[in-house]
Amino acid sequence: MTDISHGSAPQTTIDKVQASLARRHRKQYILQGFGIVAISIAFLMLFILLWSQIATGYKAFMQTNITLEVFVDPEEVDAGKLPRGNFDDVLVAALLPYLPNVDASSRADVRTASGIFSNGAQFYLRNRIVEDPSLIGQTITMRVPVSDPYDQLYKELVDRDTPENLRRLDNTQISNFDQLYEAGVITSRLNTALITNADSRFPELAGLKGALLGSFWALLTCFLIAFPLGIGAAVYLEEFAPKNKLSDFIEVNINNLAAVPSVVFGLLALAVFIGWFGMPRSVPFVGGLTLALMTMPTIIIATRAALKAVPPSIREAALGVGASKQQVVFGHVVPLAMPGILTGTIIGLAQALGETAPLLLIGMNAFITSAPGSPFDSSTALPTQIFIWADSPERGFVSRTSAAILVLLTFLIAMNAIAIYLRSKFERKW
Amino acid sequence: MDDLRVVTRDIDTHATKISAKNVQVYYGETHAIKDVNVEIKEHTVTAFIGPSGCGKSTFLRSINRMNDTIDICRVEGDILIDGQDIYDRNIDPVQLRARVGMVFQKPNPFPKSIYDNVAYGPKIHGLARTKAELDEIVEKSLRRGAIWDEVKDRLHAPGTGLSGGQQQRLCIARAVATEPDVLLMDEPCSALDPIATAQVEELIDQLRESYTVVIVTHSMQQAARVSQKTAFFHLGSLVEYGNTDEIFTNPKDSRTESYISGRIG
Ligand SMILES: Nc1ncnc2c1ncn2[C@@H]1O[C@H](COP(=O)(O)OP(=O)(O)OP(=O)(O)O)[C@@H](O)[C@H]1O
Ligand SMILES: [Mg+2]
Repeated sequence: MTDISHGSAPQTTIDKVQASLARRHRKQYILQGFGIVAISIAFLMLFILLWSQIATGYKAFMQTNITLEVFVDPEEVDAGKLPRGNFDDVLVAALLPYLPNVDASSRADVRTASGIFSNGAQFYLRNRIVEDPSLIGQTITMRVPVSDPYDQLYKELVDRDTPENLRRLDNTQISNFDQLYEAGVITSRLNTALITNADSRFPELAGLKGALLGSFWALLTCFLIAFPLGIGAAVYLEEFAPKNKLSDFIEVNINNLAAVPSVVFGLLALAVFIGWFGMPRSVPFVGGLTLALMTMPTIIIATRAALKAVPPSIREAALGVGASKQQVVFGHVVPLAMPGILTGTIIGLAQALGETAPLLLIGMNAFITSAPGSPFDSSTALPTQIFIWADSPERGFVSRTSAAILVLLTFLIAMNAIAIYLRSKFERKW
Repeated sequence: MDDLRVVTRDIDTHATKISAKNVQVYYGETHAIKDVNVEIKEHTVTAFIGPSGCGKSTFLRSINRMNDTIDICRVEGDILIDGQDIYDRNIDPVQLRARVGMVFQKPNPFPKSIYDNVAYGPKIHGLARTKAELDEIVEKSLRRGAIWDEVKDRLHAPGTGLSGGQQQRLCIARAVATEPDVLLMDEPCSALDPIATAQVEELIDQLRESYTVVIVTHSMQQAARVSQKTAFFHLGSLVEYGNTDEIFTNPKDSRTESYISGRIG
């Protein structure tokens, strides 16, 4: 640029630039400041969320167990009558030697003492004997979970100073537990049941297997439907559809669809899939269909953006050597857009994974104690399981709810990390 | 406008390859090409020159129907290649583009290997039956593009990893791989340095033996160096068309003269 200083005005261009510089820098600092504040607030919120969940949830990753030498009395367990047998009595018999204060002839005392066993303990023993009936008559080492109140006691979530009548465990129960603890039979171990068990009324037995599989089947269904349909719709709209009023109208509506509250999709699914088509309630397949309705607009929008980002020079290059429209689109444009498409899809699926309202409406919050073997078996999903547990009165479910939230967050973080990895790995420089 | 056009006597013996008759091109309401008549000779390099926005690219792109991809673009009149109307309903633009190759202003290799870049055209048109035949086509095309020696050891490296000049020669190799009759080049050297430009210009001169080459250029020197025929466009009209040396030494039209001497543009 030429210097346009006139004889009278001593101010040169460079002086004017200099004068404006301070103002421009200040603007930049203010903007940067805003950005940093915004990000800090977001991180703070994330931190509070994670912290509160970890603080309550970490205890659910451990489970208190009791380990006993159990004599499998042939009088109580008859090999011929399996799987029936008095397994609880066998367990109690192994427990009583540790509790000299308990009067073995008093049924009430014995019942109080045996309350330390989880309701599922006898089934653990039964399953083991059924698997190997030769154990009858032998002494075996059994490790079984303790019931929720004792688990809470061990985790110091029960305040021993509260008056006895307000406590869930009375003084006898606590002293029984303490005796067992002194005897070294109480241990705390990683709570694998949280992943390997399905739901249960008893917190110490409840796990996420059903919810995880339910979410898996629902997401698989959602992906298999929303991914091809979403890409197909986006490719057609972006590459083949004539640009006119109708395609504008469709575009506006797809954007609207992406903003429709999820509960509306749930109502729609309830009316259409379950009402008209008579599909069963509570099954992950229907959940997946519902989530597909929600995910599709996200995938369409992400795919269209990715297709638009493919530089026109590539299209021209392919057309120039005589590629047909289909060859240009499917041979060049779509593959080049794929990282963007996948990123959008994974983000869409991550949203679907956390979606609760539509699944509640189609009944995926039923109480189901077996994990689904296929997308057509009733089950819950991770977010609805969280919903159910959050609603349960047992103390043990408080920390399990947080643990389930942490599991869900782990999956979400993993999915988003994959999306970011894909984006950076396949990012191209033209 | 007709009265302004100077018809030069054709002194060489080459047959007419492309013939445009009363061609009009519109972008919506914009009349971008106004009544252009021109006969482009076989085995000749024809240069299109003219100020920016005068319609050189537009006219070039109507020769291989690249304009079809622009919704608002409309072409009227006839363009014949070997006497056949390329806008005829029976002509498939895909087939046409295999016969009329194009090299663009900005080098635009596919983000694939050098080999795949060149092999793409022959593959989609089914020009090679075996891998060996394809290899042969790729090698021949890369030699034609005067880039074989530089890339023969890294045929499977990405084409986008080459230098600008190499990329442009790769694009030329890609364009000739489908054995076109006509090669259209829209400012092929504008993104290149003088050395790469010299290489591409030399290449264009060699290509004349096998192809009919039409090149758009902003460089008068380049037009003078590589072309035998020159067409000067101004505001959408073909003002003057003739032998390059005559256009440059003895322009008939005052506008041509002003442009060549640097007064318009
Ligand atoms: N896609 C398009 N849509 C609308 N108008 C266009 C389009 N492409 C070109 N035009 C118009 O057509 C006219 C001719 O453009 P063209 O690109 O052919 O010029 P050019 O001679 O190649 O210019 P340059 O030397 O700058 O490349 C210009 O007025 C331009 O605005
Ligand atoms: Mg141009």
